[in-house]
Amino acid sequence: MHERFAAAARLLPDYLGQHVLLSAAALSLGFLISLPLVVLASRNARIRWPVLGFASVVQTVPSLALLALFYPLLLAVSAGWAKLFGHGFSALGFLPSLLALTLYSMLPILRNGITGLTNVDPAVIEAARGVGMTNRQRLLRIELPLAAPVIMAGVRTAAVWVIGGATLSTPVGQTSLGNYIFSGLQVEDWVSVLFGCLAAVVLALVADQLLGLIEVGVATRRPRLAWLGLGVLLAGVGAAGVGSLAASGQQAYVVGAKNFAEQYILAAVMTDRIHKAGSAATARVDLGSVFAFRALANNGIDAYIDYSGTVWTTVMNRHDSLPRKEMLREMAVQLRRAHGVVLLGALGFENAYALAMRRDQAEALGIRTIADLARHAPELRLGGDFEFFARSEWAALRDRYGLRFREQRQFQPTFLYKAVASKAVDVISAASSDGRIRAYDLVVLEDPLQVIPPYDAIVLISPARASDPVLLRALRPLVGAIPIDAMRQANYMVDRDSDRISPNQAARWLESEIHVN
Amino acid sequence: MIRFQGVSKSFAEGRDFAVRDVSFEVASRAFVALVGDSGSGKTTLLKMINRLIEPDQGTVSVAGESVQGMVGYSLRRRIGYVFQGIGLFPHMSVAENIGITPLLLGWRPAEIEARTAELIDLVALPRSYLNRMPSELSGGQQQRVGVARALAARPSIMLMDEPFGALDPVTRDTLGSEYRRLHETMGLTTVMVTHDVMEAVLLGDRIIVVRQGEIVADGEPQELVNVHPDAGVRALMDMPRRQAERVRILLQERNRRA
Repeated sequence: MHERFAAAARLLPDYLGQHVLLSAAALSLGFLISLPLVVLASRNARIRWPVLGFASVVQTVPSLALLALFYPLLLAVSAGWAKLFGHGFSALGFLPSLLALTLYSMLPILRNGITGLTNVDPAVIEAARGVGMTNRQRLLRIELPLAAPVIMAGVRTAAVWVIGGATLSTPVGQTSLGNYIFSGLQVEDWVSVLFGCLAAVVLALVADQLLGLIEVGVATRRPRLAWLGLGVLLAGVGAAGVGSLAASGQQAYVVGAKNFAEQYILAAVMTDRIHKAGSAATARVDLGSVFAFRALANNGIDAYIDYSGTVWTTVMNRHDSLPRKEMLREMAVQLRRAHGVVLLGALGFENAYALAMRRDQAEALGIRTIADLARHAPELRLGGDFEFFARSEWAALRDRYGLRFREQRQFQPTFLYKAVASKAVDVISAASSDGRIRAYDLVVLEDPLQVIPPYDAIVLISPARASDPVLLRALRPLVGAIPIDAMRQANYMVDRDSDRISPNQAARWLESEIHVN
Repeated sequence: MIRFQGVSKSFAEGRDFAVRDVSFEVASRAFVALVGDSGSGKTTLLKMINRLIEPDQGTVSVAGESVQGMVGYSLRRRIGYVFQGIGLFPHMSVAENIGITPLLLGWRPAEIEARTAELIDLVALPRSYLNRMPSELSGGQQQRVGVARALAARPSIMLMDEPFGALDPVTRDTLGSEYRRLHETMGLTTVMVTHDVMEAVLLGDRIIVVRQGEIVADGEPQELVNVHPDAGVRALMDMPRRQAERVRILLQERNRRA
């Protein structure tokens, strides 16, 4: 408990700093865009409802979806940009998060701003015209100062929304306090999840109070109070900027990881090896499966581990099946040609999609293969992770074996094994390298028709680092060095219910186990 | 000083006239009361002088120059404007309220300060009030500040729209007669809109009666009461006298019974 708390606390400067910078940037940008819109809409009733309507619609889009939508959009823009100016920009991380949160922050500012400006006493407006103010003077000297407290109240609401929403920027590759929550959820480290939630709550409360100070200062015309609030706020953002600048200065290499234990462990192994080679490296974890490859191809990350079958189907859009060695060879050529990505080699184990069920039930029903399963499927319930049912492997399995289940349910990967162990479902989509298969006494069903392609764990290197001697020297020894048993054991150490250790500790264990120098 | 020539203004796309073909002149240093029911068009007339409302037809000129050719806000900085809503700026002190037009005109701070002090004396408020906020003043005190604000940039014309209409009768009477004195001593030209005939008779040298957008009577108070051909106008103008007569009789009867 203490150890995990300490581990979480060590990450705080980086996570909090990035979270603060992102939130402050989004809020400032949202404010700067909203203010002119507020002025226009308050003067012109005809554009008032489209402006408010648009902001309201944005608000109804779930924030995670909004963040995810900006990624393909920016990817397209980046591609166009690259054509015009020679090089693109990263469609991952800060930019999509900033844009989505900016949009998110605008509704309360717009709504309060328009209410504030349109509710200024008409007698005061008449007097302002009567004493000879121009429209601009009336806005700056009368309307904005009088509406300022209402506008500030809107900014406060927006700040709380943005700080909360920023925790969801982790899956698009932006470091934030959400890293505690997403990683913690994956490995069932509830200390980490709680730590992330509390940090976000405290940050939101502090920001809200400081903005409240400005609001009170503005409303009661005590400029010193408002300046105090603004000063502390800016000092906080400045400190976050200095902190993350210092952190980014030493981030020579960035290793990516998807959102499950094996990926965390392997990312930790890779960063450790780069450290030992004398260079700085950080891990960017919790990337969505497709995000990870795009990030690599755009040089947003320098290296990560993917699985041959995944790349074959989702990146290369291939639906045929080749023997293992030929597939890897062809993949290396294609990735290099189409994306500039280097396939360094396979680690030595496979993490394939498989169907697994409780041993006792499988034996009772006499099921050993997926063909056996097909006969009993109409009485059984199937559980899969979010990705599984959308993947072509599932479609192929279903069609080739004629699988028809009584019920299909989706689970977060962490809960999937619990679901089958607790008999909430009977069959699950499992990963063949997962330590929990043995721990929960599950059996992996054979695939006699070889519908599922090989899923060798492979090391991929970004185009920019394709011939980087430090990186290649650090990672090449891992090729062919990790057997399935070692990987399963390491995964289990992180995933099991008791005596759980952190991915970093599991990485140390794995390194000592495989004797790589 | 102020001249209306064939001025019309319609609302509701020309079907409803607020003002119909009105012509009149206001001489320098005159005190003209515009009298009429609500909706008669008297406020529309007043606001066309400082271009808060634009006429559809005809010309309004000030000091021989058509106001249509002037920049609206420059014109308004030269003309004092006081209205029933008062409209003091709630986020500015009394001093800042009074000094606003000089500030817009780019006066030096020292000049503005001297003028503000002079004006607070003129409207008979203690100088300590200069640092107060409008919300700390009574209605009557607020309108004194309103008058001071209108006078700040030394306008020669004052436009007043029911200026004392929202005040209690005693305050209203006091402020009215005090303003009348300022009008005299400062040599102002004043156009005041009121629906209160008593106020018009007590303050104005000349009364213009407006009905349904047209001028139905124009003259000195006693002239309108005695010799005006329109019986309605005579009845209207005679009302203060008749009311005074009724009050006198009521009091006599009460005294006799007592």
